[in-house]
Amino acid sequence: MIYFDNSATTKPYPEVLDTFVKVAGQFFGNPSSIHHLGLQAEKLLSQAREQVASLLKVDPEEIIFTSGGTEGNNFVLKGVAQSYKNRGKHIITTSIEHPSVQNVCEQLKAEGYTITYLPVDKNGQIRLSDLQNALTNETILVSIMHVNNEVGAIQPIKEIGQLLAKFPKVFFHVDYVQGAAKVPLDFHSCFIDFATISSHKFHGLKGTGAIYKRKGIKINPLLAGGGQEADFRSGTENIAGIVAMAKALRLAMAESESKQNELFAIRDYLISELDKIEDVSINTPKIAAPHIVNFSVEGYKAEVLVHEIEKNQLYLSTTSACSSKIDEPSQTILAMGLGESRASSSLRISLSYSNTMEEAKKAVQIIQQAIENLKPVMRR
Amino acid sequence: MNKFYADYAATSPIHPDVVEEMTEVMHRIYGNPSSIHAYGREARKIVDDARTVIAKSINANFNEIIFTSGGTESDNMALIGTAFANKDKGKHIITTAVEHHAVLHTCEFLEQNGFEVTYLPVDETGRVSVEDVKKALRDDTILVSIMFANNEVGTIQPITEIGQLLKDHQAYFHTDAVQAYGLLPIDVKEMNIDLLSVSAHKINGPKGIGFLYEKAGVRLQPYSFGGEQERKRRAGTENVPAIAGFKKAVEIIMADRQKKYDFYVQLREKFIEGLNEEAINFKVNGSENYCLPHIVNISFPGTEVEAFLVNLDLEGVSASSGSACTAGSLEPSHVLSAMFGAESDELFNSIRFSFGLGTTMEDVEEIAKITAKVVKRLTN
Ligand SMILES: Cc1ncc(COP(=O)(O)O)c(C=O)c1O
Ligand SMILES: Cc1ncc(COP(=O)(O)O)c(C=O)c1O
Repeated sequence: MIYFDNSATTKPYPEVLDTFVKVAGQFFGNPSSIHHLGLQAEKLLSQAREQVASLLKVDPEEIIFTSGGTEGNNFVLKGVAQSYKNRGKHIITTSIEHPSVQNVCEQLKAEGYTITYLPVDKNGQIRLSDLQNALTNETILVSIMHVNNEVGAIQPIKEIGQLLAKFPKVFFHVDYVQGAAKVPLDFHSCFIDFATISSHKFHGLKGTGAIYKRKGIKINPLLAGGGQEADFRSGTENIAGIVAMAKALRLAMAESESKQNELFAIRDYLISELDKIEDVSINTPKIAAPHIVNFSVEGYKAEVLVHEIEKNQLYLSTTSACSSKIDEPSQTILAMGLGESRASSSLRISLSYSNTMEEAKKAVQIIQQAIENLKPVMRR
Repeated sequence: MNKFYADYAATSPIHPDVVEEMTEVMHRIYGNPSSIHAYGREARKIVDDARTVIAKSINANFNEIIFTSGGTESDNMALIGTAFANKDKGKHIITTAVEHHAVLHTCEFLEQNGFEVTYLPVDETGRVSVEDVKKALRDDTILVSIMFANNEVGTIQPITEIGQLLKDHQAYFHTDAVQAYGLLPIDVKEMNIDLLSVSAHKINGPKGIGFLYEKAGVRLQPYSFGGEQERKRRAGTENVPAIAGFKKAVEIIMADRQKKYDFYVQLREKFIEGLNEEAINFKVNGSENYCLPHIVNISFPGTEVEAFLVNLDLEGVSASSGSACTAGSLEPSHVLSAMFGAESDELFNSIRFSFGLGTTMEDVEEIAKITAKVVKRLTN
């Protein structure tokens, strides 16, 4: 069995599960309660906050725990839009964002906001000049993802941040869900105001995530209620999940330091070997994250290929998990200008630090075989 | 020293079988339910099975259950979602003065956004009158949100009667059943309920998961945007292990619901009897006839709530002043204020004891003794 779908979700680290079970069982208090069980829970919560903050090199008060990446993105986009609409109603984003950014933008558009979707080049990157030209007096937010979840392209976040630093009234949000624990990002030197992470993408548990919100920025909460998380996110805290996330982030970042080169080597091997197969073209650009390889097998239906490949216990996906059910061409690949045919026949391999070169070798054979098997059926 | 947890209404310990179920799922079934391969399908099955069990527990249909991150999110989604989706029919909302902050603060948000909210008063037992609901109803009322039972004093609202009243009115009927679920029988069809909120951590399930029942056909604007999960109502990768744990908790609590209810009635009687035997001055806040048996809110004249809680905690009893969320800040309770008036003594001398899984007859006898000891200490 080879699990190559780590951008959809990862297998939790065993240590993370142990932590979850221990905290859920033994420290079940509600952090808002003033008795000792509440205080214990509160202490664990603030320790987790400190740990996540220090790993991301920010202050504890800048971390807000959420239920995941989607909530985080919704919170920032809606929050900024609502809270600063008197300044302006213009938001800039890219044409390759995750649906949890794109669909919020569409909703805001329906509510009267103007959205600019920046195009990307064939490497999946936006051009700074396009961004610069898009900025107006009405612009309140720029939301640009770090690592793209479909092809792995990395945006020039630092240059974007430096450009936006000249526009102090424009907030800068980065969807860091795929980058976290894979590609380092310094929030301060990139002038980032908000960043989103999600625990289940780095071997933590589903249902937990966090937002970095630069100190002092005020925005409307997404959830109103008991006033938890400094009133930015109400609801009884998922303490066990949060503590587990802090641990997962620590372990994953440590792995990212020690195994980064290995991962790149596996990725590069996959790219060069897959590229040799007839009908295969690689969609992942040069500047990309170490864990994602996107390729198209033109003339083949991606979903059929996924199932054929699965017969040999290799698990990968069509595009992103969320949209992989819909029989639609990949937005990202279309935006990169690689054409309809490649966009509707693309497959994504996404790795984790526990994947090996042996698995990669086997995977190439399985993929090759699957293409071979389907050839008589699929070739038009 | 023996320790007694008497704050089950704030949060409850997770059931060992629930942890076991979750651990199993976390280890084995870590796929993303949206993925089309076997891992995804296995995860999807977990979510579907849970939805089936949970729907059945309130006599709803499979498609009427939306998983959320907890009670707060369910309340926010129900209120904001129906308000914005139905504003063409009117902008008037009815609720009560004793709702949880997840409802009240959401109503304040809606007021800021052009909606008009009527906050119904309650009597000295914490109950709203059906007559008042009837009088407040207008042609442009689009939503009535009245909690099933109160979290601070346990008072049960006349839900069946209100449901009956609203049957022929355009207004949707939402009820926050976070405290009532698992103890009181709930049949959404018979009771004419359109929307209902539940949170798992109040029924020995994990924190960070809950559901919103949304009757088929209700017009509800999605709360978060992104992937197509939860029939597009609630985007975000499903929290599969927590959903599995939630299902288990529901199965356990529903298996002998009536027996547990009867036992809590006995606990309650025993507790009050124990206090009576100690010849201290006290008064039970709430309703004698319409109350959740596991919540006992008591006013102790001559005491002061903060010192009381600290003393109880030192003696090993974890209780609270009201809802856990307000407890953190120890603000005077809006519930007691609505029952007795803003200046009344009850606001400053009331303690909430709440019982649950594992509480024994001996425990409540002991808690009564300790409580009496503290009362005597504080009033001498
Ligand atoms: C780039 C990106 N942003 C946001 C998300 C959403 O995160 P979550 O599944 O935790 O809601 C994902 C994953 O699906 C993602 O890949
Ligand atoms: C009546 C009621 N509604 C809503 C909530 C909020 O639920 P959660 O803490 O799961 O967000 C609670 C508990 O705090 C409650 O008691």
